Amino acid sequence: MKMNGARILLESLKREGVDLVFGYPGGTVINLYDELMNVREIRHILPRHEQGGTHAADGYARATGKVGVAIATSGPGATNTVTGIATAYMDSIPMVVICGQVPTPLIGNDAFQEVDMIGITRPITKHSFLIRNPKDIPTIVRKAFYIARSGRPGPVLIDFPKDVQIAQAEFKWPETIDIRGYKPNLEGHPRQVEKAITMMMAARRPVMYVGGGVILANAAEELTQLARRLQFPVTTTLMGLGSFPENDPLALKMLGMHGAYAANMAMTNSDLILAVGARFDDRVTGKIATFAPHAKIIHIDVDPTSIRKNVRVDLPIVGDTRDVLIKMLAELDKQADGIKQLHKNLTAWHEDVTGWKTKHPIGYKQSTTTIKPQYVIQKLRELSNDDAIMATDVGQHQMWAAQFFEFHQPRTLLTSGGLGTMGFGLPAAMGAQAAFPKRQVLCVCGDGGVQMNIQELATMVQNRLPVKIVILNNNFLGMVRQWQELFFDKRYSQTCMELPIDFVKLAEAYGAKGLRTEKPGEVEQVIKEALAYNGPVVMEFKIAREEKVLPMVPAGASLNEMVLNA
Amino acid sequence: MHHSHTISVLVENEFGVLARVSGLFSGRGFNIDSLTVAPTNEESLSRMTIVTRGDENVLEQITKQLNKLVDVIKVIDFSDDSAIEREMALIKVTAEDESRAEVLRIVDIFRAKIIDVTPKSYTIEATGAPLKIDAILELLRPLGLKELVRTGAVAIGRGARGWKG
Ligand SMILES: Cc1ncc(C[n+]2csc(CCOP(=O)(O)OP(=O)(O)O)c2C)c(N)n1
Repeated sequence: MKMNGARILLESLKREGVDLVFGYPGGTVINLYDELMNVREIRHILPRHEQGGTHAADGYARATGKVGVAIATSGPGATNTVTGIATAYMDSIPMVVICGQVPTPLIGNDAFQEVDMIGITRPITKHSFLIRNPKDIPTIVRKAFYIARSGRPGPVLIDFPKDVQIAQAEFKWPETIDIRGYKPNLEGHPRQVEKAITMMMAARRPVMYVGGGVILANAAEELTQLARRLQFPVTTTLMGLGSFPENDPLALKMLGMHGAYAANMAMTNSDLILAVGARFDDRVTGKIATFAPHAKIIHIDVDPTSIRKNVRVDLPIVGDTRDVLIKMLAELDKQADGIKQLHKNLTAWHEDVTGWKTKHPIGYKQSTTTIKPQYVIQKLRELSNDDAIMATDVGQHQMWAAQFFEFHQPRTLLTSGGLGTMGFGLPAAMGAQAAFPKRQVLCVCGDGGVQMNIQELATMVQNRLPVKIVILNNNFLGMVRQWQELFFDKRYSQTCMELPIDFVKLAEAYGAKGLRTEKPGEVEQVIKEALAYNGPVVMEFKIAREEKVLPMVPAGASLNEMVLNA
Repeated sequence: MHHSHTISVLVENEFGVLARVSGLFSGRGFNIDSLTVAPTNEESLSRMTIVTRGDENVLEQITKQLNKLVDVIKVIDFSDDSAIEREMALIKVTAEDESRAEVLRIVDIFRAKIIDVTPKSYTIEATGAPLKIDAILELLRPLGLKELVRTGAVAIGRGARGWKG
């Protein structure tokens, strides 16, 4: 059947199973939006800013594992998605962003609202497509979704000129696609797996170091089994939180710059690191020269470029982490005796680890007069459901959430780890809530970052997305202030917000509920009231203003040179 | 440690592919000494020859990152002596009075060609391995190099085996 390009695109999205998109109209997508009125199966949420829409699509993808979809018009609409695309790229989030483009004959002429989006986003997309002919749309859409979700996932951009939206063509869905230059290597090599097992069985001081790759590959279950079978302690990166239950005795919690003492000590003293879906980022390794000096490293990753990029690796295993972990579990089935011996060999190591855990557990000094941010996070955990989703913004509150909210399930922490994008949390929570209307979705923000996409409160109210937003208000750009305190003689250059915002009134102006307290004794009651309310709520907690995130490995220092209390 | 290295890359003959490859090099701080690109005998494919520099780790990353690009179909890393490399240079040199004969002698020794003549200059076409081009330039430079255009190296593997495309 013949139809216009706009309709072909929407039909193609349907074939990909898309039932929700976040988008903002404009001149070069007006035809697409007109057709959207004829397509009932695709729900559309109108954010108040394209950046918000893109982060919402990202939050939807992180929470569900499906490909998030965002739409924007050409020019300024498209450039507003750039931060969202870069955020998704750095965290390997599957997303397809569809941007309008000026009519094909005008491309390159500096036409009204023309911008070279493919050029702008080239370094922050996994791939991009310019649609030139309406008959190519189904194949391009299919390739875009396949590329976005397979291998190491990532955002894909589709540039969609207005004239192609109008032009007619036959809709033909391709049964198969073949991209000859793109064949992700998913099958872990059995020989490498065998070698890994030999190394693991011989370990005396092993650690599993787990990153977001495990969550992306839906391998948390297999990872947890493997750790328990081997009795290997597990530390996760920020992106890996939720892949291993943090209340398990084997959990070391997060490692790195603001990681747990036990996690960093275990890495430094280990003789074997099993890295799974993690990429040895500088926030994790500290000074490379002194990183895990005694450890042999096994590195499992679907992306060969992650391996040996930052650290030497003794045994690389390229493949889908879930596939590799399943193969490892199958190998272990044959080694019952070996495992018994292994457990005996690990006794001393477990004692060391327990020692570190008890010596310096993650903690803080409680106060009866001012609210400690860590206390708010602990109360949130206590009062929310086990499967509650927590989105965070970026800053001190993000690290407190990572340290003090115990994560038990994958895809329950949505946070911008790679790019560290302030303004991410609130719209990402919105996207997750749209995906799971019945689950509790929490959003922890600072008073700085929350104002970077605060306009999405309107979208939440309009679409009945009952996100529970926690603002840990220190009236500072806290994380930067902390660095200024520690490394710049307390010269607080441009980090004091000065003008206090009445967040309760602000919430009410948008039609949301607003709650505020500065008393530690009222924290619990505020959270309870918010969780019980059927709609979006902003909770403003006025916290101890100069509280610091600790422990801390100063940038460039070794992992075991942690500042524990400054 | 930092040796020069020649890589052949088979890519989709599509809009924007050169930008993806060159953007990868500049974005990640990899060196490009030269880069050539042209269609192959298969219409849908182009072949790039990139001469780059770096230690072993950098070269490993370059190959892996190139392979990761969706439009890249194959990467051949010509290590050691596995490739034959050729480059062409067009060289305009001052040639007056006694230096005219000297230029001709050099051209002769290197089996290069004079492709344009004026009373004051010769334009030379020289082909050969990049080191040979360097050598002829070294001899011509003292005589007065007016202009130089090099194509950058192209490379093909030794032996009977060929790559489709
Ligand atoms: C878009 C953006 N701009 C600037 C920064 C740098 N930055 C990192 S944390 C931070 C402070 C955040 O302050 P706030 O949102 O109040 O959270 P807090 O650290 O106080 O918890 C800043 C400015 C960033 N990460 N993202």
